[in-house]
Amino acid sequence: MTTDTAPAAPLAETVLEATDVVMRFGGLTAVNQVNLTVRQGEIVGLIGPNGAGKTTFFNCLTGLYVPTSGVVRYKGQVLPPKPHLVTQAGIARTFQNIRLFSNMTVLENVLVGRHTRTEEGLFSAILRGPGYRRAEAESRARAMELLEFCGLSGKADHLARNLPYGEQRKLEIARALASEPGLLLLDEPTAGMNPQETRSAEELVFAIRDLGIAVLVIEHDMKFIFNLCDRTAVLVQGQKIVEGDRETVQNDERVVTAYLGEPLEGTTTATEADQ
Amino acid sequence: MTTSSQKFAASHETTPVLRLPGTAALAAAVAGGVLAAASAAMSWTWTDQFPGDLTYYGSPAGLQWPALVGGLLTALLALAAHGLKGLRWLSPSGSHNGVLFAALGTLAVCWYSVIAITVQLDGLVNLDPGGWVAAVGSLLAVVGALGLPLDRRRTVKQTPFAPWWYLVAGVAVVLRVGFGQGWALNAVPPGVRPLFTENLWFFVAVPVVILGFRLWQLLDAWLRIGRIERPLPAARALPSWAEILVITAVFALGLGVVEFGISTEYGELFIGFLLLAVFATAALLAGGTVARLSELTTRHRAVTTGAAFAAAGAFPFTQSSETYVLIGANILIFATVALGLNVVVGLAGLLDLGYVAFLGVGAYAAALVSGSPYSVFRGLHLPFPLAVLIGALAALVFGVVIGAPTLRLRGDYLAIVTLGFGEIFRIAMNNLDGRSGPSLTNGPNGVAAIPDVNLFGFDFGRPHDFGFVQLGKFGNYLLLMLVVTAIVVVVFGRVANSRIGRAWVAIREDETAAEAMGINGFRVKLIAFALGATLAGLAGAVQAHVAGAVSPDQYQFAGPVPPNSAFLLAAVILGGMGTISGPLVGAALLFLIPAKLQFLQSYQLLAFGVALILLMRFRPEGLIANRRRKLEFHEAELPAQGGPTDDALSKAGA
Ligand SMILES: Nc1ncnc2c1ncn2[C@@H]1O[C@H](COP(=O)(O)OP(=O)(O)OP(=O)(O)O)[C@@H](O)[C@H]1O
Ligand SMILES: [Mg+2]
Repeated sequence: MTTDTAPAAPLAETVLEATDVVMRFGGLTAVNQVNLTVRQGEIVGLIGPNGAGKTTFFNCLTGLYVPTSGVVRYKGQVLPPKPHLVTQAGIARTFQNIRLFSNMTVLENVLVGRHTRTEEGLFSAILRGPGYRRAEAESRARAMELLEFCGLSGKADHLARNLPYGEQRKLEIARALASEPGLLLLDEPTAGMNPQETRSAEELVFAIRDLGIAVLVIEHDMKFIFNLCDRTAVLVQGQKIVEGDRETVQNDERVVTAYLGEPLEGTTTATEADQ
Repeated sequence: MTTSSQKFAASHETTPVLRLPGTAALAAAVAGGVLAAASAAMSWTWTDQFPGDLTYYGSPAGLQWPALVGGLLTALLALAAHGLKGLRWLSPSGSHNGVLFAALGTLAVCWYSVIAITVQLDGLVNLDPGGWVAAVGSLLAVVGALGLPLDRRRTVKQTPFAPWWYLVAGVAVVLRVGFGQGWALNAVPPGVRPLFTENLWFFVAVPVVILGFRLWQLLDAWLRIGRIERPLPAARALPSWAEILVITAVFALGLGVVEFGISTEYGELFIGFLLLAVFATAALLAGGTVARLSELTTRHRAVTTGAAFAAAGAFPFTQSSETYVLIGANILIFATVALGLNVVVGLAGLLDLGYVAFLGVGAYAAALVSGSPYSVFRGLHLPFPLAVLIGALAALVFGVVIGAPTLRLRGDYLAIVTLGFGEIFRIAMNNLDGRSGPSLTNGPNGVAAIPDVNLFGFDFGRPHDFGFVQLGKFGNYLLLMLVVTAIVVVVFGRVANSRIGRAWVAIREDETAAEAMGINGFRVKLIAFALGATLAGLAGAVQAHVAGAVSPDQYQFAGPVPPNSAFLLAAVILGGMGTISGPLVGAALLFLIPAKLQFLQSYQLLAFGVALILLMRFRPEGLIANRRRKLEFHEAELPAQGGPTDDALSKAGA
């Protein structure tokens, strides 16, 4: 009764709160008045047809784009639109098109992810005092832990570019986790994976959630999304048309139309888009 | 490993170019090499008119030395690749391509010598039997090597060669003759005639380049020489002291080779040296000796560094002439500056086209406080360490001032701004003479007569006795510069492999992703830029004291004399970006080659350009590939898979 999950959810702390985010590119409104909250311990899905503005929304959240209007808060604090400050604050991300440091080793990639959580500067690097050595050793140990967590422990000394595709995606996640985020944004983490790899990615996301990290994930694979997510938001032509659990989303006719590629004239979304 | 050999099996084969019966190929290669080597002990020409005096029987001289070394190397590599016990270490990969390269090197040296003798002394009669033996022996070695099973590509991709290029070459030759004899001048207005008569070389260069390219294409199609990455067999385990001994021996050998190169007294000998050095390096690379050695040096990094510095420090003691020691000191300065530039270009990936200006800032700042009578602060004579510090700090300030506004922007703005800064610096130094501007730098005359360094009573300007040997002025300075080099090497090595160094490389690899990982791109780039400037300033302060004078025209964007910005950049890229030894080696070569090829005069830069093109064609990663690139080779068994590279890449950010 009191341990029922539904009433407990609103009590969890809000991690991400995006309010009325708008992103315009010239005449194109790629993201239109999107509101989204993510709470502690949640896995939230973001779906929508190609070009719906999902990645653009991510870019607005992480400071890669400066939103035309709207506010993004992380744990109550307004985020400055600078990628490195966003990461510093506690949001980490992966990219839809893998963007590893391809000529660095797997371990080095993860160590770069630790950048915000370490502070050795130029002089301590030159002097190499005991404090520096300790911090460096700690970083390495932590990075190796993360590689193990993501199932890459045997590949630490390989070049990132030489990893198979699925492992490159895992490495991107490991690198993002290295910044000790409170919220992880995954942009199509299973794109191009075979079913087996998708299964292990699913497990990885659950494991991340169990670490207490909230996850916001974009994906086209519905099975993956509905297996994983507590809540799913649907973006169509830059607008969030529906948000809710599996049933709500699957039974919404606007979602069905959007995915079947019906022309949008006469539907509610079209009239809203005209405004 | 199986996939790697399969990959190569599809595109490569191991076959001889010439089909020779039985072991004839091996015999020919060995015999040819031995003949060429033996000819070094014979007389090549009867008069001592040809530089180096090649008339003696019994002892090699001048150009005979490279012939001797090349011949021996060919014979030994042939036996080693054949699998002769006790020689396998010389060719661990088992590839025969090294034999061909060594033989070609020997051929180049011997035929160059023979042709030079014939041309300079006017006629084949001037050749002694030794010359004939060298020519025939080296040719035999090449024929033999072509009969060995070589690693070759199955197909050769070539850009099509349009026949009308022959026409262009022909017209150029006709014009050369026409302008040379004067009759073609009637076709051009008198005003522009000097343009043609003074640039006759152009009409020679055009056909040479066109025909050279065509010849290369034909040769390439015939030889199809390729490179199969073979996994090296595990090295025989040596005790640690033996490995260290090997490293020491290699560096001693290296010192010998460099010394030979620096102290070549005439152009012909240097060309012979260079030809052999290029081919021998290619031979050792193909044979896997270089890979084996680098395994060894990575295992004993400290010993390697120590041996390298010991070799450089020993150099002035082995020289009797101060000129060559000065060359050595200048090489060190140039190399140190190149290493500083490597922080900016190699690690952080920032294109700095005016780097030499920071060297100039350091040099001028130190010169002004050095107590030179030409300095505006005439009475001010700060101790040397303080002058160096001021030089480095001044460069740091300029680095920050230039970098802070520019590095906020992405793209090529930095290249443009630094290029401008380099020019502005030189022009400003020219004009701050009290007439066209405030009096600071003494204008084009520069600050001369900088007093010699005196550290703790040790006067760097005077010779000192060390036991049996005497160390002259430039020897002292060389050792001083070596200390600065050591500082820069340590700084580079430590920073490259640290949090900040990784951030630089990450920025270079993908700036958007790096920023998404929490790296403040502007901040770390500014640190790289400022550190680079500071290291250049440090070297500049020493340079001012070694040269004893600074003047504006020492700090150009491009010119025939290093260090200038273009040469510095070339040294970094040639040597290998992101490595320590790469820019040092690259700088040494880039300093030595122009200095030694002065007799080519106006063709010098042309020859230099051709050499650069060849190097970039055959070894685009630079002479010394860095650790990460090495990994690439070792991981040949993994199929390289990148992400999908559609244009959506740009969609995800930036
Ligand atoms: N920098 C930009 N400049 C102009 N238009 C842009 C820019 N970035 C994105 N867009 C446009 O915004 C729209 C949304 O793109 P976005 O990449 O966010 O879609 P998406 O939902 O991630 O699609 P997909 O599922 O294919 O990844 C597209 O029409 C795209 O062309
Ligand atoms: Mg997308």
